[in-house]
Amino acid sequence: MPEIRFTKDHEYVRVDGDVGTVGISDHAQQQLGDLVFVELPAVGAKLDKGAGAAVVESVKAASDVFAPVSGVVVAVNGEVDAEPGLINQDALGRGWIFKIKLADRKQLDALMGQSDYEAFLKTLA
Amino acid sequence: MSESAILLTPLHALHVELGARMAPFAGYDMPIHYRSGILAEHLHTRAGAGLFDVSHMGQARLDGPDHATTARALERLCPADILGLPPGRQRYTQFLNAEGGVIDDLMVTRPLGADGRLNLVVNASRKAVDFALLDAALPADVRLTRLDQAALIAVQGPAAASALARLAPQSELAAMPFMSMRPIQFGAFATQVSRSGYTGEDGFEISLAANEAEAFARRLLRENEIEPIGLGARDSLRLEAGLCLYGHELDETIDPIEAGLAWSIQKRRRVEGGFPGAGRIQRALADGPARRRVGIRLDGRAPAREGASIVDASSGKPIGRVVSGGFAPSVGAPIAMGYVASAYATLGAPLALMVRGKPLAARVAPLPFHPHAYHRG
Repeated sequence: MPEIRFTKDHEYVRVDGDVGTVGISDHAQQQLGDLVFVELPAVGAKLDKGAGAAVVESVKAASDVFAPVSGVVVAVNGEVDAEPGLINQDALGRGWIFKIKLADRKQLDALMGQSDYEAFLKTLA
Repeated sequence: MSESAILLTPLHALHVELGARMAPFAGYDMPIHYRSGILAEHLHTRAGAGLFDVSHMGQARLDGPDHATTARALERLCPADILGLPPGRQRYTQFLNAEGGVIDDLMVTRPLGADGRLNLVVNASRKAVDFALLDAALPADVRLTRLDQAALIAVQGPAAASALARLAPQSELAAMPFMSMRPIQFGAFATQVSRSGYTGEDGFEISLAANEAEAFARRLLRENEIEPIGLGARDSLRLEAGLCLYGHELDETIDPIEAGLAWSIQKRRRVEGGFPGAGRIQRALADGPARRRVGIRLDGRAPAREGASIVDASSGKPIGRVVSGGFAPSVGAPIAMGYVASAYATLGAPLALMVRGKPLAARVAPLPFHPHAYHRG
């Protein structure tokens, strides 16, 4: 079962083998509102953990999506490119943004699991 | 040390009850959007009717011995023909500074049957500046009264007239001309209504006592067509309509001619002057302004936002800046307004907008981006 991890900036990475699927959390898509544009990273781009990886734009504002882990982008989601609202509809499923081949699995240990993230969200309220 | 507390409009509790996402705007805690979201609220306003709380705006009244005295007093601050404003009619204008720059834009209304009275609606963010300006400039026989106990509710959209007429069936609301004002009784609610708005659609702006506003708004929301709309959609609607927002298209360094508002300066005033900055305005009318407000369509799907630099498409030389930009739900594409050197202000002229360090291809586009649907009856 692919494990899912979350960052404090509300990105998630769902890891399967050494490839992580990255997107923004359901909380994040709710906060942003209707998304109208997604700027995807380039396939092959090398990203450091915490670096700007993508941009999601709502009607009102642009928001950075940061790489939760270091690695190389191996795929981007053409569906959200064509239909940014998919992220609002299904942020953790069809609304994934890019896939990254992990450079260092140990970076996952610093991220929050599902229940820790939910507890973290409660502190923000 | 004291903090200034955030201000609440008379509809604040209602917004919260309806699940609005609230945020500060001009010192007020305002609804940015409700549960539907900005996109749906925007589209609904153009298809049905949207209800907007605009009570944060500054309502005020001038009272003088007769219309000519009050009108002349106001004409010393603004370039519109107020003297010639007929009873029951409304005009859009600006307060100007000595350089012809815009201090604020506002609506001026001459109510029926109250000789010597003019009603003003100014922007929330500028009301302190505006009222200080008026206090200093008005002659002794014209009195300014701030209407802090008045709420203002806008109902905008193609279904606005029929929905509101249902609540005031014996009234003349449906037949009101665009930019007119009438007193309208909605059941027990006594209101002053103008047929005007900030969306490009047919619509009405309704002023009533603050202590009746919540009950009135709840009554309006019971009509099927009417949905609550937040400030997020208010901004995307006015941007599509090509309308100016103070602090973006207008500020103290921008004059009405470069802002494309020459239409709001009637002929007599162009010739006679007698308002601040009249010399600059007259020169700009004669020779053309050095820069102009333009509409901008981007070739791609990435939006450009306020502050983005506009550069020459071939040379990359800076030629202006974006003052408002975002995604336009009814257009289905990103749009922007900005100021460019007048040589570039021709329809179709290629531009590039700097977004995240990259030049995005764009072109000067006609305003409005979405056709106006004002009542022409």
